[in-house]
Amino acid sequence: MQEREIRELIGQVKTGRLSRRGFVQMMVGLGLTAPMAGQMLAAAGVAQAQTKVPYKPTKRGGGGPLKTLWWQGATLLNPHFAVGTKDQDGSRIFYEPLASWDPDGNLSPILAAEIPSQQNGGLSRDGRTVTWKLKKGVVWHDGKPFTADDVVFNWEYAADPATASVNIGTYKDIKAEKIDSHTVKVTFQKPTPFWADPFVGVRGMIIPKHHFEAYKGGKSREAPPNLKPVGTGPYKFADFKPGDMVKGELNTAYHMPNRPYFDTIEMKGGGDAISAARAVIQTAEFDYAWNMQVEDEILKRLEQGGKGKADIVSGGNIEHIQCNFTDPWKDVDGERSSLKTKHPFLSDPAVRQALNLLVDRASVQEQIYGRTGIATANFLNQPARFASKSTKWEFNVDKANQILEAAGWKMGPDKIRAKDGVKLKMVYQTSINAPRQKTQAIVKQAAAKAGIELELKSVTASVYFSSDVANPDTYTHFYTDIQMYTTTMTQPDPELFMRQFLSEEVASKDNKWQGRNITRWRNEEYDKLYKTAEAELDPVKRAALFIKMNELVIQNVVVIPVVFRPRVAAVSNTLRVEQSGWDSDFWALHSWYREG
Amino acid sequence: MTKYIVRRLLIIVPVLAGISLVLFTILAMAPGDPFEELATNPNVPPEVRMNLRAQFGLDDPIAVRYVRWFTSMMKGDWGFSFVSRVNVETLIMQRLPTTILVIGSAQLLGLLIAIPIGVYSATRPYSLFDQIATTGAFLGFSLPTFFTGLLFILFFSIYLDWLPFIYRADISASGWRWWWEHIRQAIMPVAVLGLFQAASMTRFMRSAVLDVIQLDYVRTARAKGLAERVTVVKHVVRNALIPVVTLVALQVPTIFAGALITEQIFRVPGIGSLLISSILANDTPVIMAITFVFSALVVVFNLVADILYGWLDPRISYR
Repeated sequence: MQEREIRELIGQVKTGRLSRRGFVQMMVGLGLTAPMAGQMLAAAGVAQAQTKVPYKPTKRGGGGPLKTLWWQGATLLNPHFAVGTKDQDGSRIFYEPLASWDPDGNLSPILAAEIPSQQNGGLSRDGRTVTWKLKKGVVWHDGKPFTADDVVFNWEYAADPATASVNIGTYKDIKAEKIDSHTVKVTFQKPTPFWADPFVGVRGMIIPKHHFEAYKGGKSREAPPNLKPVGTGPYKFADFKPGDMVKGELNTAYHMPNRPYFDTIEMKGGGDAISAARAVIQTAEFDYAWNMQVEDEILKRLEQGGKGKADIVSGGNIEHIQCNFTDPWKDVDGERSSLKTKHPFLSDPAVRQALNLLVDRASVQEQIYGRTGIATANFLNQPARFASKSTKWEFNVDKANQILEAAGWKMGPDKIRAKDGVKLKMVYQTSINAPRQKTQAIVKQAAAKAGIELELKSVTASVYFSSDVANPDTYTHFYTDIQMYTTTMTQPDPELFMRQFLSEEVASKDNKWQGRNITRWRNEEYDKLYKTAEAELDPVKRAALFIKMNELVIQNVVVIPVVFRPRVAAVSNTLRVEQSGWDSDFWALHSWYREG
Repeated sequence: MTKYIVRRLLIIVPVLAGISLVLFTILAMAPGDPFEELATNPNVPPEVRMNLRAQFGLDDPIAVRYVRWFTSMMKGDWGFSFVSRVNVETLIMQRLPTTILVIGSAQLLGLLIAIPIGVYSATRPYSLFDQIATTGAFLGFSLPTFFTGLLFILFFSIYLDWLPFIYRADISASGWRWWWEHIRQAIMPVAVLGLFQAASMTRFMRSAVLDVIQLDYVRTARAKGLAERVTVVKHVVRNALIPVVTLVALQVPTIFAGALITEQIFRVPGIGSLLISSILANDTPVIMAITFVFSALVVVFNLVADILYGWLDPRISYR
C-alpha cells in the first residue's frame, strides 16, 4: 500500500464513507498499530474521537470492594522502577499519566486538559516541541496541588542515569520545561514524529515532586514512597506487601466526577494462571484476573459455569519464527552466529520460502491457541488483496517441495533434501512452554514431508530470555538455525519495534549480544527506509515507509509470523471494564463499575 | 554439659560460613538474570540493564561479591531485593507471621491427630483400628501435598463452594467476622499440610509406643493394678514422647521456611512463596537470606534437639 492509497482512505474517513474504526483495523492489518493509525487521522484533521468509556453510576463510591488477581504479584510501586507489567499495573492504581491509549489507539486525556494537536497549538510544525496543558484542580492524595513542576520533575528524575529508572530511554533525549503552573513544554533533540511517549501511557505515570525530590539519583532506592505511593489516581494507598498484595481505598478528591465506583481495591498476587481463571470465571471469588496464559479449551470449559468470561483485546504481541542468516555451527573469534559467516542453507531464499509454506498456522490456531492466538502473516504480502484475510498466508507442502526442487535441493535416500553435500537439517529452538512445544511438533511434521529435518530444542524460559553473556542458550545468542518466541510490542509506535531488523543492531560478541537484530539479516534498502522514517514528520508518509519495511521483512522471509497473541483477561460477569491493548490493564480503572 | 554446648556453638560458626559459601557460589553460577524482563522489552535500552547490573554489583567476580555479602551480613545488613528494592529483612518479616500461623497450626494439627491415633494403634497392634490407621498413614504420606491441595480445591471450593481457595493475609473485617474469614481460608492449607505431617508422625508415634509398652516397668505398673488409662498416659506415652519431641524440634525450622508448594497453590503469602518467586526472578539477596536463615535454624535446632534429648533422658550424657 502506497502513501497515495492511504491518503485516499483517510479522505474516505473524512467524508464518512469509511468508518474510523474500519480505517484503524485496516492499518492494523498492515502491521501498523492502532495508535499510529489514530495519529494519521488526527494529523489529517479528522477530529480525535472522544474516548467513550461507558460509565453508569451517578455517584462516587458505594460499590464495595473490587478484588483483582495478578498471578505475578506487583513487587514495587514506583512506575519508574517497574520491571514488568505487574509493577506498572500496581503503580497505575495510584499514579496516572497525562494521557492514556484507548483500545482504538486514540489518546485519552487523564491529567492533561486536552490532547496536543497542531490545531490547538500543542504541536509545533517542525515536530520538535509538544506543549501539554494540564488539568486544573487536580490534587495529590495528600492534598497538595498537582502542577507543571511535578511533570518537569519526572523528566529530571527519570533522565538521571543514577536514578536507574527503566524509563530512561523515554526521557533521556528530551527536555521538559515549565511554561506556567499548568503548562509544560517538551522539546525533542530532533524532529520526532512519535511525540506521545514521554508522560503518556505506562511510561508516563507522574510521581509527586514534593515526595521524591530528596531521593533523585543515587538515593532513589531509599525513598519511602517507593512502598507507600502518593499519587493522583482514583484509589489512595492503603497497604502493600511486595509480591502478595496491593490495597487501595477510594480517593474522595478524585478529579473525575462520580468516580471511582468501588470503595476499596485489592490486587492479590501469586499462584498460577489457571487457578486465577478459576477464581474469577468459575467461583467468582475474585472479579478480575490479568494475563490469562491458559489454553483456550480450558477457558471455554470454565466459562460454561457462567460466572465470568474471558475478555480478549488485541495488542502488539506476535509469536514468530526467526531464521538465522549466519552460521550457528561455525566458531569465529570465539563466537558462533558471527557476521563473518553465512548460513549454509538458510541464506538461500528458496529454503526460507519453503519453510514459510510449511508453517501450518491454521492448525496452530485451532489446536493450540484458539481465541488466544490468531493465525497471521501480520505483514502485507500483496497490497491489492490485503483486505482478504484468507490469502494472507499459505500452508502448502507441495508448493514447498516444488520450490526446493527447483532450487536444486534434491531428496536424498534418507528422505532429507541435500545440495552439494549440505543437508537440510536444522535445529529449532524455543522456550519451555506447552503451546510452544506443540507448535514445534506441528512444524516438524510438515517439514519432514518436504524433506527438511528439524531437531527440536527447548530451553528453560529463565535461561532463554536472560541476558547472560556467558550462556550460549539465550535467544540473543541464537546459536541454532531457527527459533521461536513472542516479541512484545508494548509501545504503540512501531519505530523502536522495527529496530530489530537494522544492520547496525546486529547482536554480536562485541555488543555482548545486546543488539536487537537477532536474525542478523542485513539489508541496505531496509536501513535506508528506516532512517527516512525516523525523520519523516508526515504521519502518512511515515506509515507508508513502515509498511514498506514490513514488506521487505516478509518477502525475504526474515521471520515467519505464526500467531497474534491478543491480551486475555478473566472478568466476572457483573464487572464492567474497558480494556486496551496499548496501555496498562488499569488504564481506565477510574471507570470500572459493577452492574447486575 | 556447659563445655559441650560451648564446643557445639563454636563448631556452628565454621559450619555456617561453609554453608553460606556453597549457597552463594551455586546461586552466583546458576544461569539467569534478575533483569530478564527488561531484556525482552524493546523499549528499555540495553544500557539501562547494564547500568543496573553495575549498580547492584552483579558484574564483579564471585569472590568479591561473596566477601561483600558476608561482611555486610556480619554487620546485620542483609541487603535489598533486586526486584522490589526493599530491604530483605522487611520482606521476610512481612511474610513470617503468615507462615508461622499456617505452618504452626498445621504442625499442631499433625500432632493432635498423630499422638492419639499412634498411641491407640500401638496399644492394640494389628487390630482393625490399627490396620485402618496404618493404611491411612501410608496413603497420607504417599499423596503429595500438591495433589491433595488440588483435590481439596476441586471438592470444597469448586464442587461444594464452601471454602475460598485464595488466602488473603489481611482481611478487611473486624471482630467475629475477621476470625471467621481467617479460619475459613486457613482450613484447607492447614488441613493439607497437617494431614501430611500427621501421616508420618502417626507411624513414628506408634513405633515409639510399641517399643516402650513391652518394657518391664509397664508390666510392673499393670501388675500393680493401675488402670490401663493411667498406665498408658503416665508411664508409656511420657517415655515414648522423648524421640517425638526431638523430631518436632528438628521440624521447627520448616515453620520458618514455609511450605513451598502448598503456599503456591493456595496463594498463602508466606516465606515459601517468597522463596519461589525470588528463585523465579533470580533475586539472589532474598534467596540467599532465606536459605541461609533456614540452614542456620537447622543447625541450631539440631543442637537444641540434642540438648533436649539429654534433658528428657538423663541416661544420655555429653562429653
